[in-house]
Amino acid sequence: MSHEGLVPAARKQDFEDELPERNRLTALARSLRMQKSAILGLLILLVVTLTALTAPVISPMSPTASSLSRVLKPPMWAGEGHVFILGTDHLGRDLLSRIIYGSQVSLVVGFFSVAFSGAIGLFVGLMAGYFGGKVDYLLMRLVDFVLSFPFILLALSTIAILGPSLELIIVMISLRLWTVYARVVRGAVLSLREKEFVVAAVGIGSSHMRVLFRHILPNVLAPVIIIGSLYLGRMIIIEAGLSFLGLGVPPPTPTWGGLMAQGRSYLYVSWWIVAFPCLAITLTALGANLMGDWLRNVLDPRLRVR
Amino acid sequence: MTGFIFRRLLQSIVLIKFVLVFVFLLLHLTGDPVRVMAPDGATEQDIEQLRHEMGLDKPLLTQYGIFFWGAIKGDFGVSFEHGEPAMKIVIEHLPATVELAFSAFLISVLIGIPLGCLAAFRENTVYDQSMMFGAVLGQAVPDFGMGLMMILVFSVFLGWLPPFGRGDWSNLLMPAVAASLYHTARLARLMRSEMLEVIRQDYITTARSKGVANRSVIFRHALKNASIPIVTVLGIDLALTLGGTVIIETVFAWPGVGRLTVQAIHNRDFPIVQSAVFLMASTFVIINMLVDIIYTYLDPRIKY
Repeated sequence: MSHEGLVPAARKQDFEDELPERNRLTALARSLRMQKSAILGLLILLVVTLTALTAPVISPMSPTASSLSRVLKPPMWAGEGHVFILGTDHLGRDLLSRIIYGSQVSLVVGFFSVAFSGAIGLFVGLMAGYFGGKVDYLLMRLVDFVLSFPFILLALSTIAILGPSLELIIVMISLRLWTVYARVVRGAVLSLREKEFVVAAVGIGSSHMRVLFRHILPNVLAPVIIIGSLYLGRMIIIEAGLSFLGLGVPPPTPTWGGLMAQGRSYLYVSWWIVAFPCLAITLTALGANLMGDWLRNVLDPRLRVR
Repeated sequence: MTGFIFRRLLQSIVLIKFVLVFVFLLLHLTGDPVRVMAPDGATEQDIEQLRHEMGLDKPLLTQYGIFFWGAIKGDFGVSFEHGEPAMKIVIEHLPATVELAFSAFLISVLIGIPLGCLAAFRENTVYDQSMMFGAVLGQAVPDFGMGLMMILVFSVFLGWLPPFGRGDWSNLLMPAVAASLYHTARLARLMRSEMLEVIRQDYITTARSKGVANRSVIFRHALKNASIPIVTVLGIDLALTLGGTVIIETVFAWPGVGRLTVQAIHNRDFPIVQSAVFLMASTFVIINMLVDIIYTYLDPRIKY
């Protein structure tokens, strides 16, 4: 007689739930089928990423080629019989091509700031939560300190003084976000530190490094991934805001915020120059937010990120 | 309790002191502040003269000492652009920013909280789902983009509202709505999830089974408990809105501190930038402190 028969179906299910890896993956796949909004989010992000990667191939024209004979043309469907699908800007440049190229800066800044601040926040959170005491106190006061700054003014003035560049923008945006990771990771580490498997690891004489990276780190990765995806959209919006104020990646590189700033002067005559980049930002941020919500629901429904 | 307030106060003072150091260092980030400030085309002689006039040829610590004593008296130097004390100009622009930020804050509270509650009480209905999708969308729209779109629709196409400037409510409406959008959406989502958690608690079931009227259950039992975590977020939101109206002010030509700062940045008018950053950061610190103190009154379980 096989042992299988002795285990009722329901119990078997319980055991399977304890296999973390497989359970998580299947849960991801299962919930993706159930949540249509998550599919929408992933789809949007996929399309935007592909757009950014293949910009030179798919954009109908050069994003910088200007011509005074075709300035401020409305979108194609206005029926003026030209080939500019979303119209042209004040220098006669094809808006669609500029939006396509603009996705590159948005995505690069979004992904890198999320990853960079994630790395810093993860490190600070691990140190503060694991070592506690003075280390914890000092690091958390540092977090309070950063949080007590009006971020936008800080970023604006620093970028204005040092001069805008892609790297500086990523650093400035990350400067604020790492605190979110740090707080959440610290909280998670504090509770993990008391768990049996960590106490046991310490008990058999594992080094701090081993305990931190082999036992604690894998268990705090889920919230890090969730925060990253929840804030990706926000970071893209902040980058657009900086560009809008003229403190983003400098021209001629097209950025969505920069396009809107230029279009602002022509708002009364050419609504499309502002509207389409705005739509691009909104859709991308929406995609990121939907994906973030879904990841949170699946990986850690109790996690609160503010 | 008094001990906590005292400690929190002390902490805030230390923070403001750090803010001051940062504001001082801001100019020295490039290594040579004079070259940042000097107008394009200034000769070496002009630069040296400016350096001497501003006291920037003294040792760094001496400079900081002078700056610090000035700052304590509210003296951040004279604006290059306006020729008046910088802090005075910033303070003159403060009411406009406060007006905008408070209006935006009020809108987000008055709309976000009821909508979030309604969504929670009608969980998984079409209303709930469309509300929450609206909220996710609201968090995805850049506020300045929303502002420009509103100008396009309500000023350019319909001609209902003035596109910029400060005056009566018609000037305030669009910038306030645009600035509140993100916070409204976030508050609605947060309120919904807090409410959902609370209405599943045993004491709500008890209240209901005692025959307490639905209205009373919602207002006296559920809302009161769900609002505790909301209050912290509200405080942070208020502080964030105050510091975050920069772009909206620029879009609507709203004469507040944010727009002033952006203009000062473009004009390299650093006394203004320093005054503005210091004033906004200090306000931020003080609001955060007040929120922490109010929080301990609201939730007696918290011990400091």
